[in-house]
Amino acid sequence: MRITRRKTAALVVSAVLAGSLAACSPGGGGSTGSGTVTVYAAASLKKTFTELAAKFEAAHPGTKVTLNFAGSSDLVTQITQGAPADVFASADSKNMTKLSDASLVDGDPVDFATNVLEIAVPPANPASISSFADLAKPGVKVVVCAPQVPCGAATEKVEKASGITLKPVSEESSVADVLGKVTSGEADAGLVYVTDVKTAGDKVKGITFPESGQAANTYPIATVENSKNKELAKAFIELVTGSEGRKVLGDAGFGAP
Amino acid sequence: MNPSLNASPADGGHGYSGIPRWLYLPAAVGALFVLLPLAAVLAKVNWAQFIPLVTSAASLDALGLSLRTSAASTLLCLVFGVPLAMVLARRPFRGQRLLRAFVLLPLVLPPVVGGIALLYTFGRQGLLGKSLELAGIQIAFSNTAVVLAQAFVALPFLVVSLEGALRTAGNKYEAVAATLGAAPTTVLRRVTLPLVMPGLASGAVLSFARSLGEFGATLTFAGSLQGVTRTLPLEIYLQRESDADAAVALSLLLVAVAVAVVGLSYRKPGRQVGA
Repeated sequence: MRITRRKTAALVVSAVLAGSLAACSPGGGGSTGSGTVTVYAAASLKKTFTELAAKFEAAHPGTKVTLNFAGSSDLVTQITQGAPADVFASADSKNMTKLSDASLVDGDPVDFATNVLEIAVPPANPASISSFADLAKPGVKVVVCAPQVPCGAATEKVEKASGITLKPVSEESSVADVLGKVTSGEADAGLVYVTDVKTAGDKVKGITFPESGQAANTYPIATVENSKNKELAKAFIELVTGSEGRKVLGDAGFGAP
Repeated sequence: MNPSLNASPADGGHGYSGIPRWLYLPAAVGALFVLLPLAAVLAKVNWAQFIPLVTSAASLDALGLSLRTSAASTLLCLVFGVPLAMVLARRPFRGQRLLRAFVLLPLVLPPVVGGIALLYTFGRQGLLGKSLELAGIQIAFSNTAVVLAQAFVALPFLVVSLEGALRTAGNKYEAVAATLGAAPTTVLRRVTLPLVMPGLASGAVLSFARSLGEFGATLTFAGSLQGVTRTLPLEIYLQRESDADAAVALSLLLVAVAVAVVGLSYRKPGRQVGA
């Protein structure tokens, strides 16, 4: 009871604080304005966008970047249901198109990164995987994303282009679930993005394969139509698409658009 | 609201409901809190497409798998949960409270945590998984994994219901039967189990319902493959990514099955008591 009350109090306090911050925002000087910019970004952008947000706040004193990471289609649902986003960065063009179709995109989306698939195996590589074709060998437990999600759509494209059909033991709903099955040693191999392998560090071993080029995912970014702070939203997009953004994204394994 | 004109406290007995009237308002809010979201799902259903959506191959596979695995996990709960409840209710022993607390843990544990725990137990690299694999048994990514995940979260429901029923029933009749020379197994079969049958039945139905709704532990532990491990909740979660209408239609299907199951559980005990 006491804990709940304290929690409620904390919520109220933070809500009031957030409100007063928002109230302070208009009227600040500077060419790009100040205040809060809320960025909805695909889960795979977590590391890079967190870094870029810090850079943005440092370069624009008085501004605050609020980040919300989730699967791209979840984010589209949230924004169409009225969530207060200023910027949307999607992991594929399909979900950006969904948002444009709902007339919720201001101007044209800009492509800012690409991502390709990579094979992730447990560090010891128990099934001795060295190529995409190895994944189709009998007895190999391979886990992929379901075709309904972007990484699964990319997997399907690679299968079609290479003529190799995989028989996965599981089709997961997210890259994180695929990685989880690999890091826990349940699966012999999983198909995830290059950037995910990099983020996972030495918990998995990455194996690149030439066929992945057939299915590069493009990441578009755009200002949301209902944004209350379009100036700042555009400034953030400039940072992401500019040289500084390029460097951070490149370091994380993203390709140039 | 509920006028019983001649009723006065002096009448006592029959008409007294024991509820102050002001309770009705928060009670109504509580009921609405549960019913409104269900109504919202109903309002979102695309009725023109409903039948094709719920009868697609993927949906039927998911429904069939959910029913089969939930039945199997309920059986597992009965086989191990009934003895567990008996021991907890009838035999005081050291560490009993602790054991009960741990048995009830899955009730409050986030299912994902249950999934991770199962993974480290039955997974390939897990505590038992290695020996199982040597014995040629592979649990990961199979029906069995789904059933284990469901049984893990459903077992407490059976144990709680049955233990409560056992305590309420008391052991008078059992003691009498024993003094009349009945062996413990006979007492269990002829006296105890018939006595707690309503509690056992509702416990089993609750376990089934909980198994039907299992999501987190299955996703973490069993994976997701059509016809093998992708139960109805997992199918809903996946469809939501691409086809919101299908997700809503399947949600309604799951709600309908759950309502049917739970409705059954609350009618059966009454009938049996009457019989």
